[in-house]
Amino acid sequence: MLPLLVVAVTALQSGPAEAFALVWRPRVAELLRNTVSLVVLTGTLSAVLGVGAAWLVERTALPGAGLWRVAFVAPLAVPAFVNSFAWAALVPGFSGLGGAVLVTTLSYFPFVFLPVAALLRSTDPGLEEAARSLGLGPVRTFLRVGLAQLRPALLGGLLLVALHLLAEFGALEMLRFPTFTTAILDQYEVAFDSRSGSVLALVLMGLAVTVLTLEMLARGRTRHARVGAGSARRPTRARLGALTVPALLATGGLAVLAVGVPAWSIGTWLTRTGEAYEPVVLGPAVRSTLGLALVAALVTTVATFPAAWLLARRRSRFAVLVERVTYLASSLPGVVVALALIALAIGYARPLYQTAPVLVLAYAVLFVPRAMVTTRAAIAAVPPELGDAARALGDGPLRAFARVQLPLMLRGTMAGFALVFIAVSTELTATLLLAPTGTQTLATAFWSASSSLDYAAAAPYAAALVVLSAPLTWLLLRSGREEPAT
Amino acid sequence: MSDLRLSGISASHPRTPVLHDVDLAVPSGTTTAVLGPSGCGKTTLLRVVGGFMRPDAGEVRLGGDVVAGPGTWVPPERRGLGYVAQEGNLFPHLTVAANITYGLPRRERKDAARVGELLELVGLPGDHGSRRPDQLSGGQQQRVALARALARRPRVVLLDEPFSALDPELRVATRDAVASALAAERATVVLVTHDQAEALSFADQVAIMHEGRITQAGPPAEVYRAPSDRRSAVSLGEACFLAGRTGDGIVTCALGALPVPGTTGTREVELLIRPEQLHLGADGSGGCPARVVRTEFFGHDALVELRLETADGPVLRARTVGPATPAVGSRVAVTVEGRPHLIDR
Repeated sequence: MLPLLVVAVTALQSGPAEAFALVWRPRVAELLRNTVSLVVLTGTLSAVLGVGAAWLVERTALPGAGLWRVAFVAPLAVPAFVNSFAWAALVPGFSGLGGAVLVTTLSYFPFVFLPVAALLRSTDPGLEEAARSLGLGPVRTFLRVGLAQLRPALLGGLLLVALHLLAEFGALEMLRFPTFTTAILDQYEVAFDSRSGSVLALVLMGLAVTVLTLEMLARGRTRHARVGAGSARRPTRARLGALTVPALLATGGLAVLAVGVPAWSIGTWLTRTGEAYEPVVLGPAVRSTLGLALVAALVTTVATFPAAWLLARRRSRFAVLVERVTYLASSLPGVVVALALIALAIGYARPLYQTAPVLVLAYAVLFVPRAMVTTRAAIAAVPPELGDAARALGDGPLRAFARVQLPLMLRGTMAGFALVFIAVSTELTATLLLAPTGTQTLATAFWSASSSLDYAAAAPYAAALVVLSAPLTWLLLRSGREEPAT
Repeated sequence: MSDLRLSGISASHPRTPVLHDVDLAVPSGTTTAVLGPSGCGKTTLLRVVGGFMRPDAGEVRLGGDVVAGPGTWVPPERRGLGYVAQEGNLFPHLTVAANITYGLPRRERKDAARVGELLELVGLPGDHGSRRPDQLSGGQQQRVALARALARRPRVVLLDEPFSALDPELRVATRDAVASALAAERATVVLVTHDQAEALSFADQVAIMHEGRITQAGPPAEVYRAPSDRRSAVSLGEACFLAGRTGDGIVTCALGALPVPGTTGTREVELLIRPEQLHLGADGSGGCPARVVRTEFFGHDALVELRLETADGPVLRARTVGPATPAVGSRVAVTVEGRPHLIDR
């Protein structure tokens, strides 16, 4: 919540009139147009690609479903700014709205694919069969029943896509497509003008809240769960027949664009590392990235645990409030959080400005929800009766926790730790703003190399970032597979 | 092993009173079953004894020591109790052996002989120690849970519906194994259950619980034969009630004048007659004439619903052994065997 307040205060410091003047500029109108059209176009394309791919993989007899599943989650292992580098380095003059939409869609459609595929895999085909028996054809069945069932998953995925787009800096800056986030950073880096930056951040925050509200309204209160008893059956897969080849071409094409292009581009430039203008020194960047990610993941996980415990065990109003606030904070773009922390550090804790603790704090604010989801599930999965059993066997409350509950919760908590670790190690925006002078992470080192168009020097960092994020694919695939069981 | 004494226990969940002034004494080395429908407060009673819940009033004594009472509270880990819950609650991350030795001091945990002894005590093969809880059947898990509770030689063993999650066949086998293990340890046991057959067959003393109160406690045969009220009578098994009036050594009711030695004076009573007390003879063989309205066949025996052919014609239920079951519509002669129990009205 703090970032929200700080940004609002800074923005309004200059007085409402001046703030109004700063907002009401042709420049802001252009940024707004760019941001909104990017969100709408990429959102639509992601929905179409995500749902289409999920349906082909989960509900048809398409050969190689397991392989495609991996291929459509894998793009998440390539940070969007690395993906945009890969395209820009491959296709000269690649930029503007078209380029931005292409790159962000290919990077973010898995956010739609994952939940929709999980839902398609677990939902009972009974409802669709009922619709067919009531005289609806397959297409109308999908539109009237299937799509309605998919709504929560689709909306959740689109919400993630939209929030990521609002927060995206690296990919769009590289394609020279200005949005609020890139403008805020430019403002800050070029002019050190925190006031107009804050005003833009306020508008950006407004957009994020609008997106959240829209999603909530669209979700509504309709019931999507199964009504009635009876065990759910496995869905049947549609036979594709003559359509098999076109379907394979479509999935293959998408996989080539989303996974093949970045892999090939980074691979080619990797072989030309020798031509780099600047010498590539991976060592220090790897060390500082791993160090920061380790500390931030540890801090975030430990900080999340008590709140997750409260949420899982004693769901009070206070606990729910804490949860909502952390989600809101994390849906704020990294720039906003970073700017707020800069303002706080300069105003109240000068010595901390541009030090590692502030950076770690920013990471924690941004990534608490990722740890929250898994930690909470892990705590909820351990029945409280086991603690009673340990007490009856002679353990005090603390010993019972250490011997029984903690070991059982450890796996889920570790998954949360890993998610935060990966997110931190590929974070660019907040790191650029907050990293101590002289500290380079893989992301910032990649950024400085690629923004001076030294593609050969950027490639090794890009490859290292992809390697670091690769476990994410595995984690997401695993959690997707476990979902139907719960 | 020591005795357990509850006096005046009241307890409540937030805003809902659950237990009202409960008294119960469990003598050392005996088994008491608390019988009642779900929601009557029997699990709460066990949780109060176990130390997982504080009573609002009253006192819990274990072998003379007050463990819960005004100004006294001993946490569960220092009460020295064994607790086996409905789901067993084995620790899923530990092997069977590690589960069993969980409550022992560290140096005794490696004692393989002790694990073998305990497994044998509950009727499981010694090689099960290296297994994981999820590799065991439900009945085996319950036996391990009992072995785990007994490993510490607890003062009192608390069993919270430990057999109800098992299927019928396994339930009987597990119950027998548990009963003999407890008998071998000469344990003081409190079993909570909603199954009347389980309560009657398992325990030395049955306590009937209803809406947070214990309405009656005593030896199973005694409580079954002479329940204190209608509700207790029904909770222990099938029962028929007939209005009657006492006379000198007899009670007059729809079945005629039945001998009940020791009754004097005239008062209105209710007669409790268990279905197995009714004997059905051939029509005209003496006894009250009745017509068979309905039969329920169970295999080993059957329940026969009869309408007496007297003026107001009350409906009775008799238990017959399978092959002797009369056909629906046939006439029979009903006689009462044994002494009917009288409940004051």
